[in-house]
Amino acid sequence: MAEEEKKENVESNAEVKEEEPTIDILSHSYVPKFEILPQEEVEKILKELKVDRLHLPKILMTDPVVKLLNAKVNDLLKITRKSYTAGTSIFYRVVVNV
Amino acid sequence: MVEIIKEKVDSIEFRVLSPKIIKAMSSTKIITPELYDADGYPVEGGLMNLRMGVIEPGLRCRTCGGKVHDCVGHFGYIELARPVVHIYYVNFIYDALRCTCAKCGRILLDDKSLERYKLKMKVMSKQRGKFEQWDVSHEVISKAKTISVCPHCNEKKIKLKLKKPSSFYEDKVRLTPIDVRERLERIPDEDVELLGMDPVGGRPEWMVLTLLPIPSTTVRPSITLESGQKSEDDLTHKLSDIVRTNQRLYENLNAGAPEIIIEDLWDLLQYHVTTYFSNNVSQIPPARHRSGRPLKTLAERIKSKEGRFRKNLAGKRVNFSARSVISPDPNIGINEVGIPEIMASKLTIPERVTSWNIDWLKEFIKSYPKYPCALYVFTPEGFRKKVTEETKEVLLQELAIGYSVERTIQNGDIVLFNRQPSLHKMSIMVHHVKVLPYKTFRLNLTVTDPYNADFDGDDMNLHVPQTEEARAEAEELMDVTTQIISPRLGTPIVGCKQDHISGLFSLTGKDSKFNREEAFQLLSRAGVYDSNLKFDKEGMAEGKEIFSQILPKDLFYVGKSGTCKKCATCKKEECTTDSYVKVDKGQLLSGVIDDKSVGARKGLLLNDIAKKYTPKEVSTYLQRMALLGIATLDIRGFTVLSSDNDLPEETVKEIKNVISKSLSSVNTVIKNYEDGELVSLPGRTLRETLEQKIIMLLNQSRNQVGSLVLSNETKETGSSIMTKSGAKGNLLNLAQMAGCVGQQVLRGFRITRGYNDRPTPHFKKGDLGAAAHGFIRHGYKGGLTPSEFFFHAITSRDATMDTSMRTPKSGYFQRRMINAFQDFRIDMDSSVRASDGHLIQFAYGEDGIDVSKSDAGSIDVERLVREVAES
Repeated sequence: MAEEEKKENVESNAEVKEEEPTIDILSHSYVPKFEILPQEEVEKILKELKVDRLHLPKILMTDPVVKLLNAKVNDLLKITRKSYTAGTSIFYRVVVNV
Repeated sequence: MVEIIKEKVDSIEFRVLSPKIIKAMSSTKIITPELYDADGYPVEGGLMNLRMGVIEPGLRCRTCGGKVHDCVGHFGYIELARPVVHIYYVNFIYDALRCTCAKCGRILLDDKSLERYKLKMKVMSKQRGKFEQWDVSHEVISKAKTISVCPHCNEKKIKLKLKKPSSFYEDKVRLTPIDVRERLERIPDEDVELLGMDPVGGRPEWMVLTLLPIPSTTVRPSITLESGQKSEDDLTHKLSDIVRTNQRLYENLNAGAPEIIIEDLWDLLQYHVTTYFSNNVSQIPPARHRSGRPLKTLAERIKSKEGRFRKNLAGKRVNFSARSVISPDPNIGINEVGIPEIMASKLTIPERVTSWNIDWLKEFIKSYPKYPCALYVFTPEGFRKKVTEETKEVLLQELAIGYSVERTIQNGDIVLFNRQPSLHKMSIMVHHVKVLPYKTFRLNLTVTDPYNADFDGDDMNLHVPQTEEARAEAEELMDVTTQIISPRLGTPIVGCKQDHISGLFSLTGKDSKFNREEAFQLLSRAGVYDSNLKFDKEGMAEGKEIFSQILPKDLFYVGKSGTCKKCATCKKEECTTDSYVKVDKGQLLSGVIDDKSVGARKGLLLNDIAKKYTPKEVSTYLQRMALLGIATLDIRGFTVLSSDNDLPEETVKEIKNVISKSLSSVNTVIKNYEDGELVSLPGRTLRETLEQKIIMLLNQSRNQVGSLVLSNETKETGSSIMTKSGAKGNLLNLAQMAGCVGQQVLRGFRITRGYNDRPTPHFKKGDLGAAAHGFIRHGYKGGLTPSEFFFHAITSRDATMDTSMRTPKSGYFQRRMINAFQDFRIDMDSSVRASDGHLIQFAYGEDGIDVSKSDAGSIDVERLVREVAES
């Protein structure tokens, strides 16, 4: 049982490595601007919105962008998107484990 | 009394009933198919026996002693003479039999793998849940099914076949349910667990029934008809079938009847028990009532649209409601609804008697059978007394403070009006009653948009709120006048329609003038009686001047009409097409009024009025516009003729020329292609380039035809007024009627399907020309050639099918979205949050704008600046 799981893990890791992007996805026109929010600003934002990380939108640790930015679990990503209604809009997502 | 259990349900698990439990939970054993004896009294041991609950008032339950509503009923049971397979477990039984050994009952896997699966199951149930645990069972079953020799006792497995719906065959030998049950009994407890069952809570052999629980009489009450005859529930009928066959089977068994007879009866019993559970099992004819109607048994009671959930729990019927066909009435207010007198005389509102209204209410009782009247009187104790000719006088005497009277609805009362499908909050709005003759509901034309109603036979529903609170809340929140601005569009959804727009357009047109008599006629029709009209030297009043009379005196508006040519520099007041609409201090200075000013969904002048004034004021302004438009048409006359779209001979010739020219240029392109001289566009094949070029050329020709038709529209006709004002129709419609219908497009391409290399056999194979691929050079009025007609039918059919398939699909998608979003709310910081506190969006709509308070979704800064500067 335990052996099986290990095997599976090894396999899946190998797959992920193969899938690693070969182009710079961050500069692609469809990918919005991602930044890791500095710690002091994180607290400010959470206080402003009156939420804890649990209630914020999530982003997976395994997300290609998260990996490229080297973000850690519980980091807040600030995303600046183009918006049809507002021109640009700001969105925050918390990095979570799988 | 009803016992209220206050316990939180932690989890629910469904298991298989064991014969032991069936016996234990029963109050009686059913032994005879008879229901009542000669005196009409329930037979002891019968299906309607008094131990199973009471349905007749006055009697007491023989089991618990409760009266009608106290006793919820008790189960009984039947002992089946021979076991019978439960139809809903057949598939599981089939799996269980195939993956276990017929001799020793073990699962056909070796001990080692069984051990491994057991471990896996344990881990799964602990770490994940039931569903994942069952996934393991499925794995076990699918693995064991394929093995043909038992690893435990080396017995060879004989191929087992399921003959639908419920008999099992081993080679050609039929397994009786007794054999099946025996085999299932042999499966040891630990293997049962691996099959996904619980040996204590549900052994597999219990899926073959030996006892059948009988639901109480309260579940299947009998109805006594007016003739005194008793009519039994479908379930009772089915159960008595079961008991009868069971009884016969018993007798034949005891008498030692031949095997064939026993087997036939056994099969019959199986049939009855199967249809008792579900009456539409495939391969089994549904059991029918004597009249030929299929019986509604257990599964049908619960399942699908007509079942308990969707029919009775999710949807309920209501009193104080009405439904009828709708028809238009431009003369009633926008927040009124015309109600036929027949309906008004039956729909009531309860009115509490006080010292202030007692005399008023007495009048209602007095006038009893004649329309405004009272139908019922309630005493303070809550007893209902019907008002009749006989009781009238007594009730008048009796009526005192504290009583309440149900009086019929009358003019001015508040009702809810609804048209399905209710996709909007504007699909149910409050209207004020206006009692009218005839039998249809009447509504103002300006509210057709929010209901999405027309008058081709649409039905609408009406509800009468019954309490003061309900009425107050409804009027405050749902009145038509408070719903004029749509929260989706940010513009008025209640607004002028077809004739109103045509009328206002011709009223406010450039040289539109009216004499004194006409002018005052128009204004009085619109409900304006104190005007300060200015007349010119000839005693004529301008249409714009008349329109200004119905506008608020402090209104300022600047906008453009649909006739705007979008010149590089706007000439403003000097616009040649009179498209610069300017209102200053309630005076229409320039511009013609059309749908872009007052129309539903896009009327910006109306939008400004709706945002600036109170709902009541807005509704009167809107009502006046609509009436003024209609009145103008009444004076001027308005008609649409076939000859509106006639073109002079030269224009017809010109159109012919344009089309011929473009057809010949299409031919040259095709020739170029065939000669290999065509240069392909980047990213396209040669063929694609050709198609693109052809489509471009043909579209060009139709646009030219369009402008030719337009240039010919010199005189004002009904058609031209409608298209120019945006009341109905557009230039394309006109061009297609008078000029040429143009290229038919099927899924984004010219028509190519049909015969080999050609759409119909009327063309040469491989013909690439315009006519061979669905170009229609004639107009609707001129008439299409047979080939053209056929091409037109192809695209028409595609469009019809597309809408009739897509509407229900997209409707269901929308419904699912609404259900998913229903308890999101916009917080005080304009963020969108779910009910559990999750943040969905950081600013509503990303810009945090409340659309219903905006101008079509954005903020009109220019206007705000102007308004601030003015004040």
